[in-house]
Amino acid sequence: MSAATETALGLTERTGAGAKLIKAAVYTGLFVVFAGPLLALLVSSFNHVSDPTQLSVIPRRPTLDNFRIAFDHGVLRYLLNSFFVVGFGLLLQVAVSVLAGYALARKVFPLMTLVMVAILATMMLPEEILALPLTLVLGDLPLLHLNLMGTLAGMIVPLGAWAFSILVMTEFMKDVPRELEEAARIDGAGELRIFAQIILPLCKPALGVIGVFGFTMIWDQYLLPLLVATDSSAYTLPLALRTLRIDPVVTPGVVLAASLLALLPSVVVFLLFQRSFARGLTSGALKG
Amino acid sequence: MTTQEATPSVSQQVVGGERADGAGGKRRSAGVAGRVDRRRSGRWWIPWAFLAPALILFLYFKFIPMAQAISMSVQDVKPYLGNTWVGAANYSEILGSEGFRSAAWNTVVLAVGQTFGSMVLGFGLALLVEGQTRKLSFIRSAAFLPVVVPLAVVAELWRIMYHPTADGLMNQVIGLVGLGPSGFINHPDSSLASIVVTGIWRGAPYDMMIFLAGLAGIDRGLYEAATVDGASTRQRILHVTLPGLRPVFAILFVLAAVRGFRSFTEVFLLTNGGPNGSTEVVMTLIYKLGLEQNRLGVGSAGAVLLFVATLVLTVSVQLLRRRRAA
Repeated sequence: MSAATETALGLTERTGAGAKLIKAAVYTGLFVVFAGPLLALLVSSFNHVSDPTQLSVIPRRPTLDNFRIAFDHGVLRYLLNSFFVVGFGLLLQVAVSVLAGYALARKVFPLMTLVMVAILATMMLPEEILALPLTLVLGDLPLLHLNLMGTLAGMIVPLGAWAFSILVMTEFMKDVPRELEEAARIDGAGELRIFAQIILPLCKPALGVIGVFGFTMIWDQYLLPLLVATDSSAYTLPLALRTLRIDPVVTPGVVLAASLLALLPSVVVFLLFQRSFARGLTSGALKG
Repeated sequence: MTTQEATPSVSQQVVGGERADGAGGKRRSAGVAGRVDRRRSGRWWIPWAFLAPALILFLYFKFIPMAQAISMSVQDVKPYLGNTWVGAANYSEILGSEGFRSAAWNTVVLAVGQTFGSMVLGFGLALLVEGQTRKLSFIRSAAFLPVVVPLAVVAELWRIMYHPTADGLMNQVIGLVGLGPSGFINHPDSSLASIVVTGIWRGAPYDMMIFLAGLAGIDRGLYEAATVDGASTRQRILHVTLPGLRPVFAILFVLAAVRGFRSFTEVFLLTNGGPNGSTEVVMTLIYKLGLEQNRLGVGSAGAVLLFVATLVLTVSVQLLRRRRAA
């Protein structure tokens, strides 16, 4: 009796032949609608697709030609640019977030509320709204007078501080018991040691969350690289897809091959770290 | 609070904390006093040193650009020649222009369509795939894939699927139910709707995951009680599930609507505002004004207006929620 109330619809528990058939149809439909287009992308990137109408989930004479032509058009370069941006971007983002999280979670200091409000306020200021002034700021950084336009660094540093990651770290670090910190302090541990050897090792689950969310967030960037890249040598792979498509001699198959390379890293990260993803979605992702 | 799930866990922590304090007695409260003391009298700059990287980056790439957007929006911006103060002229120009008004309307249609489409579909999907079996978790992961695929790839893939001839993939699909062929993104009548559909394809699985988290937080006992009272599945969803998910709906609504207001990449890649301006949204218009026509002042005025719109939306939903909760 109570088993039937496990879920809202109670679908899982219905085991009659008719119910089974309906369930099979529903699940197949779901799979076809959401995974089908991606499956078509995967298969077609290995097919000869000279026309958009040849997009298909059925392999026909598999070939690597699409990838070969894509590499001839500099896709390797764009891929390496993307990896450079996501690698250093994520490193910076995680470092900034754990440091800020430590101060916000483990310290009490004047103006703390103001700092929190400022961090929350940045969630209302995404790259889209700041697009035009960002190009000016990146062209001539205030005080430092550096020009980051046209450089990969210009696509990295604006993503260095992300409110979502800082808030996830802060929430998690708050839960580390005070006693551990006190004991270390009595033993004469300094601030940096407490941070690096007591608090940080206990935050691995949160590091997983900000790692996977940071990776997909940086990998998905489009407008920022578009603003920063002044010529194709600084293009990331997502930017290069459009250039490939516009090129009249490039077939849709080549665009699909490059697209496959552009989606694989974030899909692999998702599949490997699904648990961290789920944790992030139910914790702070909702806030911004 | 965030989700159904988050709320009880936080209150548990508070309760747990009180209990621990009560049981710990004097020794513990003495420890707390000493700790606060030490933190107050300790080196004041330590928290600021830890916060410095984040605050400097936020200052450089959030707050200075925002200040600059506001200042540019009231000036005639001429690089190398110097800016001149024009007051509200940029605002009256952009608000008075036909292009901006139609872009604003398109943006609202896109945001509303994507938000509600994703929420309704996401809720339905969540109900269908709720459960513990391996098969279901496989289906959930597969359905979630569009969310982690870069938006640029989504747009390029859908461009190919929306091929306007009868043997294009989507035309074949709608042909199965006797519709089409449609021009999709190539025809002014169907272009915006096509972008909405692509947005829902990517947005619904995200909403599904959040709803699933919310569903997991609903008290199983309520379902049982409803069944004992002879409630049908429909009544159970109406009177137990939906009220339990109310905070999730509110949060998803704000998130998706604000994201819809800022839509850029998918529009830029699918149609770039065309055909005939039928899909021009505020962000593609700002991009064209600022970066292609170098009209930074007018473009900034548009960006400030967009910011105000997202701010008003976020704050008013928060206020509504608070009033309902009180």
